[in-house]
Amino acid sequence: MAHPHAPQPVQVRFLTPGVAVLLLLAAAGLAVVAARVFLGIGAVTNLSDQYPWGLWIGVDVAGGVALAAGGFTTAALGHVMHRERYHALVRPALLTAMLGYTFVAMGVCIDIGRWYYIWHPIFMWNGNSALFEVGICVTIYLNVLYIEFLPVVTERFIGRVDLPGALSRLNGFVDRGLRLLERGLSSTMSFFIIAGIVLSTLHQSSLGTLMVIAGPKMHPLWQTPVLPLLFLLSAISVGFPMVILESLLASRSLGLEPEMDLLSRIGRMTAPLLGVYLAFKLGDMFIRETFVHLARLDFPAVMFMVEVFFGIVVPLRLFLSEEARRSKAGLFTAAALAVGGVLLNRVNNFIVAYTPPFSFGRYVPSPGEVVVTVGFVSLLVLLYRAAVLVFPVISLPSRPRAPRTKYAVRG
Amino acid sequence: MKRLDRRSFLKCAAAAGAGVLGAPCPEAQARTRPAPAPERGGVLVDTTVCIGCRGCEWACKEAHGLPTPPRQAYEDATPFERLRRPDAGALTVVNRTAGAGPGGLPAFVKAQCMHCDHPACVSACIVGALVKQDDGSVVWDTDRCIGCRYCMVACPFQVPAFEWKKALQPRIMKCDFCAPRRAEGKLPACVENCPVEALTYGPREELVRVARSRVKNHPERYAEAVYGEREVGGASWLYLSARDGAGIGLPALGPDPAPGVSESIQHGIFAYFVPPVALYSLLGLLMWDAKRPAGRDGEG
Repeated sequence: MAHPHAPQPVQVRFLTPGVAVLLLLAAAGLAVVAARVFLGIGAVTNLSDQYPWGLWIGVDVAGGVALAAGGFTTAALGHVMHRERYHALVRPALLTAMLGYTFVAMGVCIDIGRWYYIWHPIFMWNGNSALFEVGICVTIYLNVLYIEFLPVVTERFIGRVDLPGALSRLNGFVDRGLRLLERGLSSTMSFFIIAGIVLSTLHQSSLGTLMVIAGPKMHPLWQTPVLPLLFLLSAISVGFPMVILESLLASRSLGLEPEMDLLSRIGRMTAPLLGVYLAFKLGDMFIRETFVHLARLDFPAVMFMVEVFFGIVVPLRLFLSEEARRSKAGLFTAAALAVGGVLLNRVNNFIVAYTPPFSFGRYVPSPGEVVVTVGFVSLLVLLYRAAVLVFPVISLPSRPRAPRTKYAVRG
Repeated sequence: MKRLDRRSFLKCAAAAGAGVLGAPCPEAQARTRPAPAPERGGVLVDTTVCIGCRGCEWACKEAHGLPTPPRQAYEDATPFERLRRPDAGALTVVNRTAGAGPGGLPAFVKAQCMHCDHPACVSACIVGALVKQDDGSVVWDTDRCIGCRYCMVACPFQVPAFEWKKALQPRIMKCDFCAPRRAEGKLPACVENCPVEALTYGPREELVRVARSRVKNHPERYAEAVYGEREVGGASWLYLSARDGAGIGLPALGPDPAPGVSESIQHGIFAYFVPPVALYSLLGLLMWDAKRPAGRDGEG
């Protein structure tokens, strides 16, 4: 397709000093995963009968799902509302979501005691369980994300199939198969795109329902029947900041100019989304009169205030400021704070707020848990880098051979 | 167990079909929590009678094949010096609360699964590995469990434990109310071994009456509330004590069943798949509408 913004594989070297560091971190994480598989969860984590869920559920799973929200928010913007100029953002966000959810699944696998039974929920249903809903939706959505990414794969290889050695006889056959796949996908893609958005709204909110059943075991600052709504609103509000953050980081790492114009625009759209989230968060606090717990100034109270002030109020103010949106530093700060705020919210909900009636000291993640989480994030970044070098994911607007004629004409 | 799942699955599927077709669904609002079996068993724990011999701890381990020192070792009172909780190696433990018994004596309080009438763990379990049976017991199915530990997060009494040290087939460990023993007509192991009859086994509803009459006849000995009668919608295990539940170290809980809120949210979001289908249609419509203007090319 002749498109001025056609995404193409990025032409840079894979290995850099930074990449080497990430490789080491990923290897360390995988080593601890091996220890967990052979020695059991107790051998590498600080989890206990008092604190059955910890860093892996709070960050790798709940945080991962929230921060992969860029996938469905940009899909809604680019495809459903059909704002073409944002198409340049859709593929990177889709890639991040696909990798993000893959790592959510890996996080679940190592956290559950019997990882080899991960397929059980597909056949053994409990419709009353919020976790079942999350599990099924995430499973289906993960597959939808892979399907949504397939056109990128076909685009990369159609007319360029070059199998090595004796397999080269199959080149024509594979190429025909890819063309067939591409035709089938392009006529059904709308179905998958909408399904992806519906599935996202469902499990993003059900992730909030998860902790409702913990009842009084959860700190009243976070325990509320509107948790599913807060989770959904926060996921929607963090989608664009996540796209901004990854776009700025990726363009810096790959030596490209970021699409500042587009990023500023979605930054402006983020402000009302953050505002709605803040309104519900504070409204819930005032209706349930939980602000009395803030006066204690204990650890949960401080964490709540940090979450709301630095995670919602400050980025909201920055996204409202034209000046901040125009500068890379301002946009980066705003996006990083919003992303950090939602991540902290998930950590607060799943770890900080959890106060069981019988406790023998607080839960603090073990070094092994931290190494695994850091290792998974490193691996994700490495796979992202590899993917944008191989597949046409990133649009290169600043290259002279891709002038933005279309927008010049339209004004 | 399997039968129940199929039934609920069919119900879901039928309802989903009805929702999609837009057929009226009279049952939608009438969905209520299944009433616990009226004849379900229970145990009344009279903490004012318990002498803290820990015979129940030994009997429980023997009955469940858990490693245990000989019976005499349980005469040692040092474990009372710190609070203990049931764990993977001991499905029941007795704790001592100083001055909480009758006449200022210490109270000995046995802890184990309460076998709730509306168990949070059963509602939470992702694969339906936990089931409330008609005999009152809440039992766990090793063939289903994936080890996610959501039951532990959900349990308001903080009872289920996990075999943290096991790499393969770690189990969720909790009191099973000796369901296999009772099926053979035997008493629960702890009840059978209690030398002072601090534990009374019988139909739960009858035990409530027994407990109330003891409170009525000996108001100087007992606090008024029977712990477990109303907490989180009621439990098969009931406690009598000189002080209220919180006074003897039991969690202070309200009368609403623990899974109530989460289940109504969950069923509200789905409501027989109407909201997801409606959202899908809405987005489809928006997408079609946005793409309609001529001159705009679609995404390939």
